[in-house]
Amino acid sequence: MKFDTVIIGGGLSGLVSGIESAKSGRKTAVISAGQSALHFWSGSFEFLCNENNEQVVENPVGRASLLPDGHPYRKIGVERTASLLRKTAPLLAEAGINVSGTLERNHYRITPLGFMKPAWLTLDDYFSFERPEDLKGKKAVIVNIKGYIDFYPSFLKAGLNGLGMECRSVDVNIPQLDILRRSTTEMRATNISRFLKNDAVDALAKEINRTVAGADMVIMPAILGIFSDEPVKRLRHGVDCPVYFIATTPASVPGVRCQLALKDLFMRSGGYFLPGDMVTRGDFSNHRLVKVYTANFGDIPVEADNYVMSTGSFFGHGLIADLHRIYEPVFGLDVEAGESRTDWYDKNFYNAQPYMSYGVLTDSKFRPSIKGETIENLYATGALLSGFNALKEGSGAGITLATVFHAAEESARQ
Amino acid sequence: MLMKKDTTSVEYDVIVIGGGATGAGTARDCAMRGLKTLLVERLDFTAGATGRNHGLLHSGARYAHTDPESAAECVRENMILRRIARHCVEETGGLFVTLPEDSLDYQDAFVKDCFNAGIQAEVLDPKEAVEMEPAVNPDIIGAVKVPDGSVDPFRLTPANVLDARLHGADIITYHEVVGFEREGDRITGVRLRSQADKKEISVYGRVTVNACGIWGHHVAELAGVKVGMYPAKGALLIFGHRVNNMVINRCRKPADADILVPGDTICVIGTTSTRIPFDKIDRMEVTPDEVDLLLQEGIKLSPRLASTRILRADAGVRPRVAADNDPTGRSISRGVVCLDHAERDGVEGFITITGGKLITYRLMAEMATDMVCRKLGVDRQCETAEKPLPGSEPDRKDEKRRQHIIELSTEQKAAEGRHGSWTGRIESKSDADDALVCECEQVSVAEANYAMDELHVHNLINMRRRTRLGMGTCQGALCACRGAGLLERHDGCAKRSLEDLAAFMDERWHGMYPVCWGETLCEVQFSSWLYQGVMGLDHSAGTLPIQ
Repeated sequence: MKFDTVIIGGGLSGLVSGIESAKSGRKTAVISAGQSALHFWSGSFEFLCNENNEQVVENPVGRASLLPDGHPYRKIGVERTASLLRKTAPLLAEAGINVSGTLERNHYRITPLGFMKPAWLTLDDYFSFERPEDLKGKKAVIVNIKGYIDFYPSFLKAGLNGLGMECRSVDVNIPQLDILRRSTTEMRATNISRFLKNDAVDALAKEINRTVAGADMVIMPAILGIFSDEPVKRLRHGVDCPVYFIATTPASVPGVRCQLALKDLFMRSGGYFLPGDMVTRGDFSNHRLVKVYTANFGDIPVEADNYVMSTGSFFGHGLIADLHRIYEPVFGLDVEAGESRTDWYDKNFYNAQPYMSYGVLTDSKFRPSIKGETIENLYATGALLSGFNALKEGSGAGITLATVFHAAEESARQ
Repeated sequence: MLMKKDTTSVEYDVIVIGGGATGAGTARDCAMRGLKTLLVERLDFTAGATGRNHGLLHSGARYAHTDPESAAECVRENMILRRIARHCVEETGGLFVTLPEDSLDYQDAFVKDCFNAGIQAEVLDPKEAVEMEPAVNPDIIGAVKVPDGSVDPFRLTPANVLDARLHGADIITYHEVVGFEREGDRITGVRLRSQADKKEISVYGRVTVNACGIWGHHVAELAGVKVGMYPAKGALLIFGHRVNNMVINRCRKPADADILVPGDTICVIGTTSTRIPFDKIDRMEVTPDEVDLLLQEGIKLSPRLASTRILRADAGVRPRVAADNDPTGRSISRGVVCLDHAERDGVEGFITITGGKLITYRLMAEMATDMVCRKLGVDRQCETAEKPLPGSEPDRKDEKRRQHIIELSTEQKAAEGRHGSWTGRIESKSDADDALVCECEQVSVAEANYAMDELHVHNLINMRRRTRLGMGTCQGALCACRGAGLLERHDGCAKRSLEDLAAFMDERWHGMYPVCWGETLCEVQFSSWLYQGVMGLDHSAGTLPIQ
C-alpha cells in the first residue's frame, strides 16, 4: 500500500493532520487504534489559560511569547502559531462543529463541578461567558435527567450562584428513557444520546418547558446528539428559553460527535481511514522512514513519502513507562524523560507532574530522532511532544493544532 | 461526626479509644456484657494498621516454628472468625511452597511444628499444588496445604461497630484524644478535639481502654504512663487482579515479601518490616526500594505478578512492644499486651491493649473487656466467640437464600459479599437507586445511601472503606465524582463535598505514585486530565485532613 502521507493516530491531532494533508491533494491514510482524548472533552479548546498558576484572560497570545524557548509555540513562533490557529474554527465549522472564541482574549466556561475556567474556543451551544459580571442576576434552571448521576446540579448551582446567578435545579423524566434506567449501567451520556432523537427530544422539550417559568435560560448536561447535532437543534427549538450545555463525565457526547465529524471530513476530503489498527514497527533508510507495518496488515507494509506521529502521551500509549524507563514504543524515538522513576512524579496530585512534560525530542521542524539522528520525513504532533505541561498551562488543543498545521505546511514544502 | 445524642452529659462505664479492629471489637464485647460504652476514633474506622495489612486469616502455620503458642491462638481465632464473621472471611486455603532456591529441610520441620500446634498441614506433590493453584510458581520443589484464608478488615471492623451500637454503645468518629480528665490519680474521662471545627469536648467514663495500636503510645503518654512501643512499618503492593485463589506463603523462616493473599477482586503481596520514627506514622510512604523488593520476591511466588498491573502501594504500622518494658510482668507473650495501668503505674481507670494481629483482634478485645469487668466488678461471660456479627447471622432460610443468590445480579452479589445477611437492608426505592456509582466494584446508589445512613460515612474515604467505591482499577477516576454528588445530596454542602473530592483524589494518588508506571501511569494521567482539566479541581479545594 502506497500513500503520500501516513498519519499514525486518529485523535484530534491525527484527524486534523489527515484533513490538512488530504485537502492539499495528497493521498493520505490515518491509522487509528481508536482512542481519542476527545472522548473526555470539556467542550472547549485551550490555547493558553494559566501561567504560574494564575488564570490568563487578557492577551493570551502576548503571554505566549513569555513561554520558555523550547515550548512548541516559541519553536513555531508565536505570531505564526496564532496565524495557524486561526484556521481552527473554520475547519471545525466545515466538519459541522461550531465553536467561538479568540486568541486575543480568553472567555470562560463552567466545569461540571461548577468552577470557572478560561478557554480559547468553546462549542456554541455550551455555557460560556466573557466576564463573570455578565452573569449577575441571570436566572437559570439547571435541568437533569432523573437517575443520571454523571451531572451535578448542586455543584453547578453553588458555583453559578457564587457568580451572582439565581439558579434552581429540577429533575425531569421522559418514558423513552425508562428502558435505560432498568439497567444499572446504561444511564450514561452516550447511551442516553442514542435514545434522545425525534419524538423523544420533543417530549424532553415539553417536560423542560414545564419548569422554565421566569428563567432566562436552561442549563443541562451535554447528552444530546452523538451522531449529529440535529437533536441539539431540535431541543433548542422546542424549549421556550435558550438552552446551554455543560460537560459530563466521560464519555463526552459532543466529543464523540466531534471525532466522528472530523473523521467524516477527512474521508470526504479523500482520505483513507484505517480503524482498529496500530503501527507496530518501521523500516528506515538514510534517515528516512521508508515503510511501516501494522497489526492488521502483518507483513504487508504501508509506504508513504511523509509520516506524521500523532500517538499521544501515556494515556494514548504514545509513550510507555515501565519499571525502569520511558520510551516511545513504535520506533524507539528519542524521548525527553526523567532518568529514574522517582523523577517522574510529584507527591502532590495537584502539583505539576514532571511526567506530563515528557515526550519525544524534535528538531525545529518537529521531526523526531533516533539515537540523535533526525528522521527527515517524520513529524511528531500533539501530546506526544515534550517540553510543556499542557494540563497546567491549559494549552493542550492549542499545541496539538499548532503543531499539526505547522507539520502539514512543512511536509507540503518538502 | 458526633452522634446526635449528647455524649458529654453521660457517665459511661467504659470509653474505648481507637476505631481499628481491636477497639471496635472491645466496644462490641463491652456493650454485649451490658456496659454503657462509648467508642471514640480520631479519624475513621480502619484508618490505621487495621486497614493496611494483608487481610490474612492466619492458619497459624506461619508461627508454628517460631512461636507455637501464638500459632495455637491463631488456629482457635481462625475457627471462631469462620463462624462469627462468615461474611468477612473467605476460606481460600493456603499453600506453603518451597522455591528452588530454598531448602526442603525447612518444610520437614515446618510440617512437624504444624502437627504439634494442631494445624492441619498436608504435604502435596508440587505438581498437584500447581494444579490446585495455577498462579503459583511452577518450579516449586515443595508444597504444603494449610487452612489459611483471607479476612476483609473493611467488613469486619464496621460489623463490630454496628453490633456495639446494636447493644447500646455510642460512637464518635473524627475526634482526637487531646487529654484526660482526672480525679486524683484516677482517669475519669477523655478530652476530645473535633477534626472538623477543632472544638473540644469532654466525655466521662469509669474505665478508659487505650486500643489505638501504635497511636496508643502517644495516648498513654497523655495519660501520664509510658508504654514502650516502637513503630514497625510493613509495606504492601496491591495488584489489580486476583491472580491467586489460595494464599501463597513462602516456606522459609518469616522474611520480607513472602505472603501473597487473595482478597475480593485483588491480591496483596507483603510485607516488609522496618522500624520508623514516630513522626512518620501518620503519613507513610512506600519507598522505591520497598516496591522493588516486594515485586522481585512476589514474582518468585507467582510469576504472573510480573505482568499484572499494580494498583497501589500501601503501608501499615505494627505496634511492637518492647518485651523488657513491662515491669509488672503481666505482659502476655505472643505479641499481645494488655496492661492495667493501676497496677503497673498507679493510674486508676486506664487500660492499654496492644500488639497482636488482625486475626487475634477478638481475643484481644476479650482480654481487655475481662480486665474492664474486673475493675467494674461486673461478672458477665464473654460471648463474642459464639454470637455472630451483624451480616454473619445464620440464616434460617439458608436453602432458599442459596437459590436466591443464583438469581442475583453481579452487583447484588457484590453487595451481598460486603454486607452479608444485612444486604436486605439496602433499600432500593426505584430503578434509579440500582444505578451503579462504582462500576469496578459494583456499588449501587442504594448501597452508597445505606452506607451514608447506617455505617458512619461522612466523606469519600469512609465511603470507600465501607463499600469499596474507588478501590478498583479506575482508582476513583469515574466514581469519585459520582460519590461526591451523592454525599452532597445527603449532607447538602457543596463546598465540603468538593473539598472532600479533592482530598480523595490526592489520597488515591498517594498510593499510586510509588508504582507509577505502566497502566497505573496511564490511569492517573487520565484522571488528572479529567479532574483538573475538564472539571477544574485544584489545590484550593483540597484542604481536608487526609485518612
